[in-house]
Amino acid sequence: MTAIVSLRNVKKSYLRGKQKVEVLHGVDLDIESGEFLALMGPSGSGKTTVLNLIAGLDQPTSGEVAVRDQRIDKLSRGALANWRARNIGFIFQFYNLLPVLTAEANVEVPLLLTDLSRAQRKERVKTALQLVGLGDRVKHKPNELSGGQQQRVAIARAIVADPTLLVCDEPTGDLDRQSAEEIMNLLQALNRTQGKTIVMVTHDPKAAEYASRELHLDKGQLTAEAVRSVA
Amino acid sequence: MKYFSLIWAGLWRKRTRTVFTMLSIIVAFLLFGLLQGFNQGFNTLVSNQDVDRLYISAKSNMTDGLPIAHLNRIRSVPGVRAVSHWTYFGGFYQNAKDPLPAFATDAEQLFAVYKEMKIKPEYVQAMQKTRNGVLISESIAKARKWKVGDRIPVGTSIWTKKDGGSTWDFDIVGTFDASAYGAGFPGFYLNYSYFDEASAFGHGVIHYYLASIEDPHQATQISKQIDALFENSGSETLTQTESALAQMQLKQLGDINFIANAIVGAVMFTLLFLTANTMMQSVRERTSELAVLKTLGFSDGKVLGLVLSEALLLCSFAAVVGLAVSTTVFASPPMKALFGNFPMPNVVLAMGAGMALLLSLVSGLPPAWRARQLNIVDALAGR
Repeated sequence: MTAIVSLRNVKKSYLRGKQKVEVLHGVDLDIESGEFLALMGPSGSGKTTVLNLIAGLDQPTSGEVAVRDQRIDKLSRGALANWRARNIGFIFQFYNLLPVLTAEANVEVPLLLTDLSRAQRKERVKTALQLVGLGDRVKHKPNELSGGQQQRVAIARAIVADPTLLVCDEPTGDLDRQSAEEIMNLLQALNRTQGKTIVMVTHDPKAAEYASRELHLDKGQLTAEAVRSVA
Repeated sequence: MKYFSLIWAGLWRKRTRTVFTMLSIIVAFLLFGLLQGFNQGFNTLVSNQDVDRLYISAKSNMTDGLPIAHLNRIRSVPGVRAVSHWTYFGGFYQNAKDPLPAFATDAEQLFAVYKEMKIKPEYVQAMQKTRNGVLISESIAKARKWKVGDRIPVGTSIWTKKDGGSTWDFDIVGTFDASAYGAGFPGFYLNYSYFDEASAFGHGVIHYYLASIEDPHQATQISKQIDALFENSGSETLTQTESALAQMQLKQLGDINFIANAIVGAVMFTLLFLTANTMMQSVRERTSELAVLKTLGFSDGKVLGLVLSEALLLCSFAAVVGLAVSTTVFASPPMKALFGNFPMPNVVLAMGAGMALLLSLVSGLPPAWRARQLNIVDALAGR
């Protein structure tokens, strides 16, 4: 297996008012292609920061972030936006669907940045929504869907452009236990059957059990690792 | 075009607010269309006044009048084609609250001076044969349901008759079409000879001479020649082209151009803040949504473009509706009666389109820039 994501001595600090806050203290991390990685740790440990760096939403203060051997820490804001459109599917804790758009229109949004024709976009949207089990909810707006259904739409949006990497920030954090299990089963299926590489931040140990590898962060440093055998 | 659904959806995120903002813009552009239309209408009316027609009035004051004896001397000036005259009769029908602006004139010469007025020759002949005859415009005949042969009693608070009465009975002997000159053009003419004979005072005096000249380029020279004829006499004249007179009279009403521009300017300025506030509020409420778009790969420029397009769509759609309504109002019968068959000037529509573009750019740019500068991590974290 080859590393699809690699972080080398990554440090990140923020300014909070006049105070400099060190969030990451030299993180080294490799994520293999097809891996399902869970990043765990207490609040403020830096796990969302790691996720943001991998997803190209933020830049490190120092160190290297490479995805598929491309140094994304060197890219400009504009180039990074294009890179995200082609390589990253993002799943948020609170779904972050556009409330005025229907499910299918929400899923279509990332495809607006491609050269696909309208018909091709419609076809892809239909396939993605069927894959997450929402083929019959295409015309519903987010407020007409349950939390679990909204997260499925968000997953469909994340996979519709066939990205290199799925990045999930607490994907079950706003869901009841049953919906959370359904979402985790769906993510696991995408990892196992579609070969999607997934990086997930979670507080929930049950959600982390679906991952093939589990990393713990504390005070900006990786502290522990657990690897599970794939069933 | 593929982003249209996204722009449209963003625009209608808060339906009520968008509707109210849109209504404000529609009303503002309706006002803009009407005021600028009026303004252009007046300007066009003024510029339509011929420079080959001269108005000759008393130099001391326009209402002082001039002797009828000037007529032949004015006619004798080289380059003068025809000369007629007007004397303001005032007039009302049945009661003083129903004014009927009437003028005593030499009808045959009047129609020679005002070439665009259309009248049947037999009506002019009938006027010459009927001492108390009057010619009325078709619009007055239609509005008052009068016809040739009717006898009309017209009161006047200015001119009493020799018998002491102030009601004059006139016979309508013909109608004419004065629509080429708009609704403000006088449409009721009586014979000056009859008026001069029958009135108790003011004999031999007229208010204006109206002269048409053969070559408009000679207007200034002929005007000077006419005024020179009566220089240092007891009745000095002031000769002006019709358009110069119209401009002077309009200035007496006030600077319409300034008033129209001032009102439109104030409305647009207020609208600018209203629209900018709406757009800014809309962007502020959608901070996380815009951050999501950026997360999905929309560049800073694309997000700026989306917000700016929303402002453009809002302003241009509302402006088109406002200008369309003002165009419809402009084509309505009351406006036609005022300006004649005068459509909404294209220049006003072009100015409106430019204003809409400017409004959308100025009101949309600050929120669009804010959206462009949005930091994804901070926006998603609600900071």
